[in-house]
Amino acid sequence: MYATSYHRASSVEEAVQLRSAHEEGKYLSGGMTLISTMKQRLAAPSDLVDLRHIPALRGISIEGRRVKIGAATPHADVAASRELRALCPAICDLASHIGDPHVRQMGTIGGSIANNDPAADYPAGLLGLGATIVTDRRSISADDFFVGLFETALEEEEMVTAVTFEAPEKAGYAKFNNPASRFAMTGVFVAKTVSGVRVAVTGAGSDGVFRHPGFEQALTSSWSADALANVSVDPSSLLSDLHANAEYRANLVKVMAKRAVAAAG
Amino acid sequence: MGVEGIGARVTRKEDKRFLTGKGRYTDDMTVPGMKYAYFVRSPHAHAKIVNIDLSAAKSMPGVIDVLDGKELQADGIGNLICGWMIHSKDGSPMKMGAWRPLAVDTVRYVGDAIAIVVADTSGEARDAAEAVVIDYEVLPAVADVTAAMRAGAPQLHPEAPGNLIFDWQIGDPDAADRAIASAAHVTEIDIVNNRLSPNPMEPRATLGIYDSAEDHYTCYTTSQNPHVARLVMSAFYNVAPENKLRVIAPDVGGGFGSKIYIYPEEIVCLWASKKTNVPVKWTSDRTEAFLTDAHGRDHISKVRMAFDADHRITALKVDTIANLGAYMSLFSSAVPTYLYATLLSGQYAIPTIHANVRTVYTNTVPVDAYRGAGRPEATYLLERTIETAARELGLSPAELRRKNFIRSFPYQTPVIMNYDAGNYEASLDAAMQAADWNGFAARRSGSEARGKKRGIGMSCYIEACGIAPSAAVGSLGAGVGLWESAEVRVNAVGTIEVLTGSHSHGQGHETTFAQLVAGRLGVPIESINIVHGDTDKVQMGMGTYGSRSGAVGMSAIVKALDKVEAKAKKIAAHLMEASEEDIVIENGELKVAGTDKAVPWFQVALASYTAHNLPSGMEPGLKETAFYDPSNFTFPAGCYIAEVEVDPETGETDIIQFVAADDFGNIINPLIVEGQVHGGLAQGIGQALLEAVHYDENGQLLTASFMDYAMPRADDLPSFKLSHQNTPCPSNPLGIKGCGEAGAIGSPPALINAITDAIGTNRLTMPATSMKVWQAIHAAH
Ligand SMILES: Cc1cc2nc3c(=O)[nH]c(=O)nc-3n(C[C@H](O)[C@H](O)[C@H](O)COP(=O)(O)OP(=O)(O)OC[C@H]3O[C@@H](n4cnc5c(N)ncnc54)[C@H](O)[C@@H]3O)c2cc1C
Repeated sequence: MYATSYHRASSVEEAVQLRSAHEEGKYLSGGMTLISTMKQRLAAPSDLVDLRHIPALRGISIEGRRVKIGAATPHADVAASRELRALCPAICDLASHIGDPHVRQMGTIGGSIANNDPAADYPAGLLGLGATIVTDRRSISADDFFVGLFETALEEEEMVTAVTFEAPEKAGYAKFNNPASRFAMTGVFVAKTVSGVRVAVTGAGSDGVFRHPGFEQALTSSWSADALANVSVDPSSLLSDLHANAEYRANLVKVMAKRAVAAAG
Repeated sequence: MGVEGIGARVTRKEDKRFLTGKGRYTDDMTVPGMKYAYFVRSPHAHAKIVNIDLSAAKSMPGVIDVLDGKELQADGIGNLICGWMIHSKDGSPMKMGAWRPLAVDTVRYVGDAIAIVVADTSGEARDAAEAVVIDYEVLPAVADVTAAMRAGAPQLHPEAPGNLIFDWQIGDPDAADRAIASAAHVTEIDIVNNRLSPNPMEPRATLGIYDSAEDHYTCYTTSQNPHVARLVMSAFYNVAPENKLRVIAPDVGGGFGSKIYIYPEEIVCLWASKKTNVPVKWTSDRTEAFLTDAHGRDHISKVRMAFDADHRITALKVDTIANLGAYMSLFSSAVPTYLYATLLSGQYAIPTIHANVRTVYTNTVPVDAYRGAGRPEATYLLERTIETAARELGLSPAELRRKNFIRSFPYQTPVIMNYDAGNYEASLDAAMQAADWNGFAARRSGSEARGKKRGIGMSCYIEACGIAPSAAVGSLGAGVGLWESAEVRVNAVGTIEVLTGSHSHGQGHETTFAQLVAGRLGVPIESINIVHGDTDKVQMGMGTYGSRSGAVGMSAIVKALDKVEAKAKKIAAHLMEASEEDIVIENGELKVAGTDKAVPWFQVALASYTAHNLPSGMEPGLKETAFYDPSNFTFPAGCYIAEVEVDPETGETDIIQFVAADDFGNIINPLIVEGQVHGGLAQGIGQALLEAVHYDENGQLLTASFMDYAMPRADDLPSFKLSHQNTPCPSNPLGIKGCGEAGAIGSPPALINAITDAIGTNRLTMPATSMKVWQAIHAAH
């Protein structure tokens, strides 16, 4: 790791201020991605602005069917929240399958979506739920937020403060693990939301998380795994790597979509 | 009395310090003035070094010095060697290309060491390493053996035209051809044994300490065999004469073979310590370990197995190409030859066997022994072939094996080995019963009803452990003898230290070796200490690999104990005015048999050191040394059965059950043996389903972290059903065979046989990832 300066912010304003003061700085949340990248010397921020000690960024609040998750809320808290499970068990299950217990204690939803790893789980969940990403300066719909591989709509120095969504009528997530990293080799989140059926796929797209209109139409006409039987998945826009080529991923997208529908009930 | 002798399930004495974080590993060692090393390594798989500029790096903060291979060479430090001579079938010696500890003019794999930076902190050393400027002329690289053998392929070493290291054979090729030509059935199959990275939990590390006052070196290192390390560093690398070099391998967190070898880093850190006059420590990080620890396996083979009309095997013919990487590692030449082809008879009476083995240089890290070393390759090849034959012949795989089992011992195979004892059918029967083999059909229909494909597969393995005798391995080309040593030191109060030439790095010697002594003398296990891993404390020894510490290392302790007991009996007889022949040792006492006369053990020990009343002419003291050279290898064998359920939608394999029925001969500690089998099975299942090293066509390592190299985890594995059969080994005093590698040797073919049974096609290579299984299902339909 190269030398870096550490700052602990106690409010959102202070964090944004600290970040703006250091052009080569970075926000630090759970550090599960950032710290290991720094240890490998693939990232060299001059300053780290730690967000984990800002009370406003942490925790889950629910009003009616409206859910708000603070950006610095660790995966373990999302997985364990009874209130959230009562409204949207799919997102709790998704969180409970991220990494291992250490990662879930440290890693946060804000860090995960800001990083937008093409194999991360939350991007599928939030895109599938039609969530809104709240930042220090605006609100961004999930459809606009996830732009590409490790790329989001966030501007330099912009900070995610929370995500919000309306609890869906039904939702389910099915993940097929990469055998080595156990990130999603393919993960599909399906939801019947107030604004319609949404299907989001992670781990498979060569441009990151994406929605699958064919599946959405099929499930809109009939909410059942069987409804997906004749919908095809085009491998040409899917990733090929050591562990899975595009054809195999196309198959997984379909199988996981069916399983997600089954899980949603 | 607390006696915990042979056969007792004693929990490991060493675990308290390991589980409470009190183990002392090489990286835990700190000495005054110690500095940190970082190695500058080649980012290219193959390149000429045009120029190295160290000047900027030398002026970086905290830097003590930056040294390169020219200086190392000027100081007379030698090249790394391969310690086992193999001759090609035309009689020519193997073609060993020069491996310099720090590359001087050419780099041949990504990770090849070029320079060492010594600095106040490891961070500063790494910063300075980035400031070393090297001009490379990048050369075409080749990572795969088939490509490396093609005309026009990049050439690695001028010594080895065509990248061919040797073209070796064993057995009679013409006899094999004749038998195949006249066979009633011939099974042909191509076999690929995937390349693996050993990944011990503790990465390699070394601390070199030069003492200018004494002109003496101390080397702490993560070694499985510190004496061999000292010998090689003295005799071949000119680091220092043996009396001026102390090698200490303290607690070592796993080796699996990868810590047998001498690597550049130990040599360079010792030399750098003298150059800089500070102690120099280096610890590998995980990616460095993937890049530079010797890999395992990496064979491709063509196999033909011939049968007569009665389904007896009449011949086996094997043509293997083995990838040895960019340089010949210490025992690399022995692995695909004498540790591999000599096991190709398996458990079967095969009158004619011929194997041809070509070894090839590629621009990849060197390949050497990894848990099983040659024997997993032989077992996988043979057990996939016989399973395939059973399918082709429409026979039950168990019956075809049974028909061909060797049943009388000793049995001389056509490939050197002389099996001393075994009962293969006993393990087969035990495994089939434990697996409820006969109930499989019903279970399969159950799976079908749930849309799953169920399969069952077996593997009957044999392996050769306790590698030896010295004269035999010497005649086959080994540069060292393969005996073992022990010294039993009885202290004046009767407590005991056993100094062993074996080295424990996960095997539990501190417990099993102590059990042997406790059982023999009837003293509490707590009164016995096992000392190993330090060339200043322990007499010359050969170390631990090839499941040899029980069969060879403990046999040496038996011999030393025999001598100690004989002397103790003389003393006791003298003290009790009895005849030496009447003395027996029981429950910590030396007794006159058939009487109630006895002296406690500690009193005999004390008498030997006070020397007030010893038999006339007897030397004081109670301490004996023994060297034990075995008369044969040992031959553990067994039968493994895997039952799997494959999800045809995803190709995912679920291991429903895994049965291991092993014959390890007599067992010292069942708890430790089970642990060894569990660990071996995890690695074998890892090879079969998950693990594979991938280099791209330019020789860049694609699997350089656990993000891409899939290690087995607990939830990838079922609970194992183990059992032991016992035909005691006649070739050593304890009747033990060795258990450290069996799990890794026997399990891969059982799994692949089960998966191919499930999916109904034989075309599947390891690792059988979900994608490959899914593709195989789709290709077949
Ligand atoms: C062993 C392991 C296994 C894992 N397995 C999985 C898995 O199965 N599925 C999965 O989805 N993930 C997995 N992860 C990733 C994990 O979920 C991380 O938590 C996540 O990638 C990053 O979150 P973090 O809080 O640690 O962020 P950090 O590492 O602290 O930050 C990541 C990036 O986001 C930026 N950032 C952080 N917070 C904010 C914010 N509020 N606003 C703007 N930018 C911000 C940082 O500057 C940095 O660039 C795994 C990680 C590890 C180490």
